[in-house]
Amino acid sequence: MKPRLVLACLTTTDVVARARADFDSIVLDGPDDMTVPEVTAAAKSLKAEAILFTNTLPLDAAAIAGLPPSVRVGATSSVGYDHIDVPAAKARGLVVTNTPGVLTECTADHAMMLMLAAARRGAEYDRIMRQGWRRRIGQGELLGVRVTGKRVGILGMGRIGQAFAQRARGFDMKIMYHGRTRLPPELEQGAEYFSDFHAMLPHCDFLSIHAPGGAATDKIVDAKALSLLPDGAVLVNVARGTLIDEDALLDALTSGKLFAAGLDVFRAEPDYDLRFAPLENVVLSPHVGSASKETRDAMGFRALDNIVAVLAGRPAIDPLWKD
Amino acid sequence: MPKPVLFVTRRLPASIEAQAQQDYQARLTPSDVAITDLLTQAEGADAVLCCPGDTLDSKAIAALPASVKVIGTFSVGYDHIDIAAAKARGIRVCNTPDVLSVATAECAMLLILAAARRAGEGERLVRAGKWDGWAPTQLMGTQVSGRRLGIFGMGRIGREIARMARGFGMEIHYRDMTRLPPDLEQGAIFHDNDDSFLPLCQVLSLNAPGGDGTRHWLNEARIGKLPMGSVVVNAARGTLVDDGALIAALRSGQIAAAGLDVYNGEPRLHADYLTLENVVLLPHLGSATTETRDAMGRIVLSGIGAILAGETPSNLVV
Repeated sequence: MKPRLVLACLTTTDVVARARADFDSIVLDGPDDMTVPEVTAAAKSLKAEAILFTNTLPLDAAAIAGLPPSVRVGATSSVGYDHIDVPAAKARGLVVTNTPGVLTECTADHAMMLMLAAARRGAEYDRIMRQGWRRRIGQGELLGVRVTGKRVGILGMGRIGQAFAQRARGFDMKIMYHGRTRLPPELEQGAEYFSDFHAMLPHCDFLSIHAPGGAATDKIVDAKALSLLPDGAVLVNVARGTLIDEDALLDALTSGKLFAAGLDVFRAEPDYDLRFAPLENVVLSPHVGSASKETRDAMGFRALDNIVAVLAGRPAIDPLWKD
Repeated sequence: MPKPVLFVTRRLPASIEAQAQQDYQARLTPSDVAITDLLTQAEGADAVLCCPGDTLDSKAIAALPASVKVIGTFSVGYDHIDIAAAKARGIRVCNTPDVLSVATAECAMLLILAAARRAGEGERLVRAGKWDGWAPTQLMGTQVSGRRLGIFGMGRIGREIARMARGFGMEIHYRDMTRLPPDLEQGAIFHDNDDSFLPLCQVLSLNAPGGDGTRHWLNEARIGKLPMGSVVVNAARGTLVDDGALIAALRSGQIAAAGLDVYNGEPRLHADYLTLENVVLLPHLGSATTETRDAMGRIVLSGIGAILAGETPSNLVV
C-alpha cells in the first residue's frame, strides 16, 4: 500500500508526477495553494499521513490542532519556516521538515544579481531601453556604483550567506558578517566577524541580508541601522521581508541615504507596499530567490524524500528540530 | 608656455571637466551634441577628446583643422575612429584601456544573471502591481551557478568575467585566436574552433572587439550550434550580433534569454527587442560607474598630455 499524501502547494510537473507515482495522493487542483481548511479537509478525507506545503500555508497552533491524527509528517518546500509554530508541532508529535541546502546556490545567485542590478541601475536602464532609448547619455550621466573591490556586510552567515560570500570574493570584495555565532575559520574564509550588528554597519558599502525571519529579527534593519550605513550604500534582501522596517527603508531610498536597494522579499507578499513601485533606485523581484527549474525540482524532491524517510520509520533528513 | 588647447566633444564627469580645465585650455561643450556640428570649433585646438558615438571616419578626420595633433577617445574601443586616416595625417590616437575592464565585466555578469533569472519580467510584474502570488512555473529561470560559461574573446574583460564566474562555480571555456598562458588562463578551457566551443556554451558571453572581422559573428548557423535554452550576453559591440537571427532564436526558445548592453546602430536598436520579455536591455553603460568614468578621464587626459609633450604613453593606439 502506498503512503498517503496531501500535496497542498503548486509545484513543478516533475514533482507532481513523482507524488502521484509514489503516493496515494490528493494534489491540489486550484489556481492557488491550499488554505488551512482545505488542507484539513483533504487530510481527513484521505486519512493522509503526510502534507507537502510551502510558506503560503500558515501552520500555526490552531492549524496543527485541526489536523487529523493520521498526519505524522509535514514537509515544507522551503528553507524558511517562520510560517510554522514549531513548539505546537513538537507538542503534537508532528515531524516537520524543510529543504535546506538545495536552494543555497540559486538564492545566492539571485542576491548577487540584485546587488549588481541595484548598484549598476539595471532596472532603470532597462526601462530607458523599453521606452526606445533614442537619446545620447552623457559620460557623467546615470552613473552607477562599482561593486568590485568594495566592502560588503552579510547579515546572517548560514549556508546562503556563505555562498553569497563566495560569489562576492570573485568581485574582490572585503567581506564582513554578523550572526549569532562566529564561524570556524574554514567556513569564515577570511571574512571579518562582528558580534555587534550595528558596529559592522559603518563599514558596509553593501549590506546583504541572509538571516532567518521571525520575531528575533523583526525590523532588525530599522531607521537606526540604516543611518549607520555609509552614505550611498546599497541594500539587498533575499531573506525575509520582516527583517526590514519598510517605512525606514523608503525614507532612506528617497532621501538619498541609500544609493539603491534590491528586494526579493517584502513584509506583505504578494500585496507588497506599492510605495516601492515608482522608485527608480530599487530593483524588485517577486520572491523568486529559489526560482530555477533545477532548484524547484530539488526542493520538491527533497520534501518528498523527507516524507518517505519518516513514513518508513527512519529519521527525517532535514528535521526542524532534533529530539 | 601656454597650456595646450583641448577640444572636448561631450559632457564629461564634473571631476574630469575640472581636471581638463586645470591641465589645458579646455573648450568644454555644454551639451551632448553630434560631432559634425562641432568640428569647426576645434580650430586652433591641439587635441580633441571624443567619445564613442562620435564618428571620426576618414572624411571627418580630413576635415579636422591642421592644429589637431592628438585624438583622445573616452573609451577602450576605437572602431569609431578611422585609425589609418589618422595615421596618414600624422594624428596620434589614445584611448582608455584597462580601467573599464572591471566595470564592463560587472555589467556582463549582471546581464548573465538578470537574463537567466528573468529579472526584467519580474520587475515589470511587481511594479505593475500584478504580483498575485506564487505559481509553479512563474518566472522560473535558469540557474547560473555550476553552469558552463563560454567566453568569445578572452581579453582583459573576458578574463575579468571568468574570475567573477568562478565564484559561481562555473566551468569556463573560451574561444579566441590564440591560447593564453596558464597564468592568465586560470584553468579556463581553450577552443580553437566554433564546433567544439559552441555546443558547450550554456551561457555565452561575447567579449570580442568589433569591426569587420567579427561582424555578425553570432549568426543563425552559430546560434544553431548552441545548446537548447542557452543564455547569451553581449557587453562588447553590437556588430557582433546578427539581430534577426538572435531575435528568431529568442522567440523559438533556442536561446532562453539574452542580455544586451550594445546594439547595431546605437542609440537606435532593432525594435523587436523592445517587446521581447526574455531580453534584458541596457543602454551601453558597461563602464558607467563613477569610479570607472573618473579613471577613464584621468588616463585619456594624461595620454593626450604625454603625446603633446613628445612622450609615448602606454595608452597610445597609433
